[in-house]
Amino acid sequence: MWKFIHKLASPPHFYGLAAKIIPWFFLPGLILIIYGLYGGLLLAPPDYQQGDAFRIIYVHVPSAYLSLMAYSIMAISAGIGLIWRLKLAHAVAAAAAPIGAWFTFLALATGSLWGRPMWGTWWERGDPRLTSELVMLFLYFGYMALRGAIDDTAKADRASAVLALVGAVNVPIIHFSVEWWSSLHQGPTLMKKGGPAMDAAMLYPLLAMILGFTLIFGALLLRRVRTEVLYRERRTRWVRHLVLSSAVEKK
Amino acid sequence: MTDNQPEMPGLGRGMMAVAKRDLFLAWKRPGDVLNPLFFFAMVATLFPLAVGPSAEQLEFSGPGVLWVAALLAMLLSLNSLFVSDFEDGSLEQMLVSPVPLAALSLGKTIAHWLTSGLPLVIVAPILGMTFRMPASVMGVLMLTLLLGTISLSLLGSIGAALTVGLHRGTALLSLLILPLAMPLLIFGARTVSLAAAGDVVAGGLYFLAAYAVLIVSLAPFAIAAALRISNE
Amino acid sequence: MMELLSMGGYGAYVWSCFALTAIVIAICEWRARARHRQVYRDIEVRVKALGDNG
Repeated sequence: MWKFIHKLASPPHFYGLAAKIIPWFFLPGLILIIYGLYGGLLLAPPDYQQGDAFRIIYVHVPSAYLSLMAYSIMAISAGIGLIWRLKLAHAVAAAAAPIGAWFTFLALATGSLWGRPMWGTWWERGDPRLTSELVMLFLYFGYMALRGAIDDTAKADRASAVLALVGAVNVPIIHFSVEWWSSLHQGPTLMKKGGPAMDAAMLYPLLAMILGFTLIFGALLLRRVRTEVLYRERRTRWVRHLVLSSAVEKK
Repeated sequence: MTDNQPEMPGLGRGMMAVAKRDLFLAWKRPGDVLNPLFFFAMVATLFPLAVGPSAEQLEFSGPGVLWVAALLAMLLSLNSLFVSDFEDGSLEQMLVSPVPLAALSLGKTIAHWLTSGLPLVIVAPILGMTFRMPASVMGVLMLTLLLGTISLSLLGSIGAALTVGLHRGTALLSLLILPLAMPLLIFGARTVSLAAAGDVVAGGLYFLAAYAVLIVSLAPFAIAAALRISNE
Repeated sequence: MMELLSMGGYGAYVWSCFALTAIVIAICEWRARARHRQVYRDIEVRVKALGDNG
């Protein structure tokens, strides 16, 4: 088992393995999303309070969840890279950042579009969850900007790792913000004591969407990590061999 | 048997030595201290001129404007925190010193706060007058700025340590500090506004105090790590 | 069908959310593939130009 993990950390093995895994993430993810859309948009009844507007939940919650997950992955792999000096870990962190930033943007945008008809406002100044999510968007930007500003890859890896770890405190803040402070944003619905407070017809499509989005995220991440690895190893023998010996590689 | 070895400086001594040196340097170059202060005063006085003398508007915008001005003034002063040490080799000395780097970093930040943060706190009430701030509110303003500038000094030092020696480090520094400073800005300005409205301010002050305590205990290690990485 | 589009009057909000999400994910995927192609081609060019010394 350790041998497998050890092998995995080797760039050429990872590069090949990831290529095979990506479709196994992408296709099931797509199927789950299709089911989620069908169940959420067509089958689930309208909410008694919010009417049909509640259906935005089916893209908002997965986006928000992924924005947090991406940061966690980024921070954890950055930490692993920093402590154990694993280049692959740093590559994962670098790859996760832009994807996480996009999902954070989506969470904010869909949240805002949902808030306008429901709360009457596009944004609530000083709201803890909205603010901390916005903070996370800027943390992503800062991370990517710092990486871009440092030429030496190893140094960029380590400096941005420190930044990612410092900002990691924001993740629990976002998650618990609705419990710790009074917020316009609704409280926890899925992860609370006593189980989810949601009707089954609405819940299952949501769970499908969350899982589907996660798998798609995994596919996106693996693709980006492959590119990172390829770039970082561009001068090595195995890459040279790969490029010379293969036919046109589309992916 | 007498030990001929000189005593190694302890944590506290090392920290104080760095702080004293920085304070001395600031004394010799008052411009470094006065620049951010002038900036603070400038923003705070230009604002009422631009917005107009309407009493209501001034009272309403006062807390926010003063807090933003303080934040920007601190950003200005943070830029050069490690630059001169980087250039003359003192930073390398700090890196190889037997005194833990975290302690030395804390010393540097203490000196920075004394020269850049504390003056803002002291000058704030005067600027508050241009925003027609009543005396009771000024007290809260000073308290929030006191706690806020301590946190900002430390957070900013992390950013400064990460960007020392980088091209265009200034803009990058602002971007790095911005997300971590946002909660400070929001709670700080809001607490002062609450004071102006006569509401309870304990909650906001507790938050700022807790934030400061958390940052003070963790930031020195982050600064040390960042300094090592930036200088390898 | 009309019910689906209007979403009880909230159609504009709901559908822009879904459209935005689809677009962003598509952009992510396209950019990831494009970047990979770019990196690969750059390497290919350099390796073929320099032969065994690349």
